Amino acid sequence: MKHTISVTVENKFGVLARIAGLFSGRGFNIESLSVGETLDPDISRMTIVTRGDDRIIEQVTKQLGKLVDVIKVADLIDTSFVDREMILVKISATDKTKADILRINEIFRGKIVDISPATYTFEITGDQGKIGAFIKLIQPFGVKEIVRTGKVAIIREMNGE
Amino acid sequence: MQMTGAEILVKALQDEGVEIIFGYPGGVLLDFYDALFKSGMRHILTRHEQAAAHAADGFARSSGKVGVCMATSGPGATNLVTGIATAQMDSVPLVAFTGQVPTHMIGGDAFQEADIIGITRPITKHSYLARSAAELPKIIQEAFHIASTGRPGPVVIDLPKDVFQDKAKYDRPEAVNIRGYKPKVRGHLPQIKRVMGEIRKARRPVIYAGGGIVISGATADLVKFAEKNMIPVTNTLLGLGGFPGDHPLFLGMLGMHGTYQANMTIHESDLIIAIGARFDDRVTGNVAKFAPKATIVHIDIDPSAISKNIKVHIPVVGDVKGVLKEMNKLQTGEKPVWKEIRSKWLETVKEWGEERPLTYDEKSRVIKPQYVIEKLCELTPDDAIITTEVGQNQMWVAQFYKFMKPRTLLSSGGLGTMGYGFPAAMGAQFAFPDRVVVGVAGDGSIQMNIQELATVAQHNIPVKIIILNNCFLGMVRQWQELFYGARYSSTCLSSNPDFVKVAEAFGVKGIRITEKTKVVEGLKEALEHPGPVLVDCQVEREEGVYPMVPAGAGSAEMMKKKDKKLKAVK
Repeated sequence: MKHTISVTVENKFGVLARIAGLFSGRGFNIESLSVGETLDPDISRMTIVTRGDDRIIEQVTKQLGKLVDVIKVADLIDTSFVDREMILVKISATDKTKADILRINEIFRGKIVDISPATYTFEITGDQGKIGAFIKLIQPFGVKEIVRTGKVAIIREMNGE
Repeated sequence: MQMTGAEILVKALQDEGVEIIFGYPGGVLLDFYDALFKSGMRHILTRHEQAAAHAADGFARSSGKVGVCMATSGPGATNLVTGIATAQMDSVPLVAFTGQVPTHMIGGDAFQEADIIGITRPITKHSYLARSAAELPKIIQEAFHIASTGRPGPVVIDLPKDVFQDKAKYDRPEAVNIRGYKPKVRGHLPQIKRVMGEIRKARRPVIYAGGGIVISGATADLVKFAEKNMIPVTNTLLGLGGFPGDHPLFLGMLGMHGTYQANMTIHESDLIIAIGARFDDRVTGNVAKFAPKATIVHIDIDPSAISKNIKVHIPVVGDVKGVLKEMNKLQTGEKPVWKEIRSKWLETVKEWGEERPLTYDEKSRVIKPQYVIEKLCELTPDDAIITTEVGQNQMWVAQFYKFMKPRTLLSSGGLGTMGYGFPAAMGAQFAFPDRVVVGVAGDGSIQMNIQELATVAQHNIPVKIIILNNCFLGMVRQWQELFYGARYSSTCLSSNPDFVKVAEAFGVKGIRITEKTKVVEGLKEALEHPGPVLVDCQVEREEGVYPMVPAGAGSAEMMKKKDKKLKAVK
């Protein structure tokens, strides 16, 4: 099962290597990873998407918690959260396909960030489902390149019970 | 007052109460060794950096204090790696200092450069790369704190040459405060009460106690707990000494080469209380067949040890000593019948012990290694410190030496490091100059750090090394005999050196024992000699360690000595 794990860490060099090494050394897998500073510049937040049964996820969170540079570990599976990824995608466009491509982009509320006589580059933000759907629809037109961020996630304030 | 980084390091070590450093100098450490020279602090020059790490480990395991070792950059640092990994696997508090090339040269593949922080990342509890003299006091204070608290472990501090020359004021923080490191020491009381509830219900309980008992200093509490609740106790290899070896509730070691009694008790039990142990594969055998009828309680300070290998029903995270104290405050059973139920269980357990005790051929005219260990046990006091190498020598010590006190057995259990025992014995002897320290070795493993004869000779410390010499890498040979058609591929050591002459060449007394009737005499002579001694004891060449649970079998499927056909015995 897929889990999104939010980890706050000391913003020191070598921390990413410790975390990546922990995953590889213990045979855990990382599907995506994103890192950025928090409001406190001494602390960074990592959002890690990983996969595994309950036993593995329990080990992942406990082993992360054991690292001295890790301040807090939260598995978001039990909470309601908002998550987003972003892609930059460069698509071949001809006079015949331009209109269709732009319409799809509009439906997905993408931004045009670069344009050339034969290509469009879009910026799309959304959860994994939305990004996946966009890629599927746009692929037949000829995708030249996709750059994708890892997932970032934040816990919802109201858990709507 | 401005001090150099080297002077700051010396002062910080003094402030941590460090009495002794095991190390080996080198180019980037010259400034430090100069400051050390002026300080008068004790430094033991080993003849190989690996031995420095193991000696610091032996010092730490025997004394409970943090062991300190030091090596220069590059090859010096990489030679520490095995010792650091050994300490990590067995939760030994160790601080390892490594020199590093100057900061501005890092990453440039300079002479004697190695990324030791990167190399040791998976085998340390934590590590630091110092970048200025000013941050040294804080780094060192944190390192000693991390190494010695919670589940102890090794910390590496990498020190570039320019940091030793850098100048700063010595500014040591008043207290350690690391926001990501707050080990949970006190067990959760409701969980402890749940455990006691299970104990009241249990009809066939057993305590499985590991190295955590020794580290936590919980022996007296464990004895009280076992006696009060009438529960038999088995130890892991690292747990030996954590419960008195002659106690009527003691079952001996469990696992692959554990006693029939211990393994049967575990197999038939309905409640296993694991304390400071980690369900290592050498203990459980095939996990699917491990203790099929038991509820499993696990008390450990490391939350990640819980449910790592075996599904635990009731976890208690905390320091085992504190948890045992809490449990000892609570009531055992209300009705008088529980004592009757327990007595019946203890009777059954006793029968297993009588049915198949540890044995060997006592009538043999050739020296049996087990006989040597039995005699060694008789001739040494309860507080003697015994170290082992890895393999048959280690298992025979675990089976046939009765450990009565904690911190008297030093052995590489988790990593299984050959070459550990001799330098560890040196470390223990430096910690306790007046106690008897004996390193039991095989003829294979002793050769992995035999150069340390020079160190014991230099300091004339009375470490005794007893080689159970069968001219084989015995444990591997045993597996070859049992599982590989007795094809002894690269395990025959018939070209061993003359160990007595080797010892003498280093200026150490050598004794050779070749006859059974001379064993006691030879051991006595060694033990009575005031300086270091190496005993070459020539034992039965193809003796095996039994009983044995073959890898992958269930823990109740123990092979007896002559079960050469490999059928598991129920």
